[in-house]
Amino acid sequence: MKRFSTLLRVTTLATLLGTALTLATAAQQAAKVDPKIVDAYIKGTWKSPPEGWQVRIDQDETQRVCSAYRNDPPTAEFEKIRARELATVVFPADGTVLGDWKAGERVAQTGVGGQFSDAPGTVAGGNCYACHQMAKAELSYGTLGPSLLEYGKIRKFDAAESKQAYAKIFNAQSVQPCSNMPRFGYHKFLTEQQMKDVTAYLMSPDSPVNK
Amino acid sequence: MLDHVRQGTRLGWTICVSVTLTVMLLQIGTAVAQSADTSEKEIERYRAMISDPFSNPGYLNVDRGELLWKQAAGTKKVSLETCDLGIGPGKLEGASAAMPRHFADAGRVMDLEQRLLWCMENIQGADTKDVIKRRFSGPGVSSDMEDLVAFISNKSSGLKISLRNDHPKEQEMLAVGEAMFFRRSSISDFSCATCHAEEGKRIRLQGLPNLSKPGKQAQETMGSWPTYRVSQSQLRTMQHRLWDCYRQMRMPAPDYASDGITALTLYLNTQAAGAEINVPSIKR
Repeated sequence: MKRFSTLLRVTTLATLLGTALTLATAAQQAAKVDPKIVDAYIKGTWKSPPEGWQVRIDQDETQRVCSAYRNDPPTAEFEKIRARELATVVFPADGTVLGDWKAGERVAQTGVGGQFSDAPGTVAGGNCYACHQMAKAELSYGTLGPSLLEYGKIRKFDAAESKQAYAKIFNAQSVQPCSNMPRFGYHKFLTEQQMKDVTAYLMSPDSPVNK
Repeated sequence: MLDHVRQGTRLGWTICVSVTLTVMLLQIGTAVAQSADTSEKEIERYRAMISDPFSNPGYLNVDRGELLWKQAAGTKKVSLETCDLGIGPGKLEGASAAMPRHFADAGRVMDLEQRLLWCMENIQGADTKDVIKRRFSGPGVSSDMEDLVAFISNKSSGLKISLRNDHPKEQEMLAVGEAMFFRRSSISDFSCATCHAEEGKRIRLQGLPNLSKPGKQAQETMGSWPTYRVSQSQLRTMQHRLWDCYRQMRMPAPDYASDGITALTLYLNTQAAGAEINVPSIKR
């Protein structure tokens, strides 16, 4: 009788464990929801976007992969993204990546552009200060990205580093796949001149970033 | 008449508070120049000072919301007082603390705003077109939805956010909400997680809560909506907050009271489980 009761208890415990395991599996499955279901929700949330805006809702391959891996893709995917994004980078035809650092500072300070609340024709800014420290005197900077204080000075104002900085602004993921930074050139969010100006703001010895 | 006197008194308070706020904000402006830490503390101090029913203008919305809740309207000329927000017809205490939730009568998971629209249409026989048009208040335009949400959410003040999430549709919403939180898109490549997945980060000087994991930051955020936005001089709901996030993410405006926004809200409220609700709060 006593043995039977022990057996019963063991069975009950096993059932409970089994249920717990099933629940845990269910939770994991819930986290990996069928992308088709997510797409249906997305479609239902943006039923009739303004003309030309559907492309903002749909993900490109890089956005899709980075989202699926929560910005930490396995090596093979990482390399695929880097190669794909690197192929999109277009350097200025005149061969120089350095523009006017003063204009670059305005781009770095400006946070408007591309929002549905912006008036048509609004000149977009890079909003660099939202995420990065840049010039020492500007205290209102964000911390989502690394500090860029003395960016050019640290790199000895090297021409190859300037080119690399331009490439990073054009397409951050050509350097760091799944980087949080917007791909400013790839999306045509900033113009070539604006990207040159920001590069100068980072790399020019006269720029307050390097003072 | 008495109502008018009462409203007049409240308005007097609001004007008085507005002047005080302006002076305080100027003082805070000076503090911001000193350091981010100091400004955070100053904002916290100022928030504490004005966060009471007699100085938070959001309580005007609470009062208006109560009138709207009790007012007969629609083709059926009845009030919303028999609307079931999940815990029984007309029961308000704790209702919003357990939302979004699945409603068997509608066969859908709904947030508070979706449910109110459903009750207006199904109980009052009302045309919600105008209410939806005025979903977000602005200069000279009041919002019935903001007022109703303020009134109903205030009935859960002091209680804790607690979602059941035991219906398959609620679980689907939770999973979709999480996927949407991490979904990168648009010309900025942003997702919600770009700004809200790490501790101690900020945009310019504005601190960012980490909403990617359950705990204190998610609790403090979700427990304080709806809120009175000093910078906009309006009460704002979670629908508006997420609409504004997508604006900053350079996405098109999400449809009001759409299922994607409800999925995100359900996910965020799940992260915020156990949060003490204190609404309407007051924010910058």
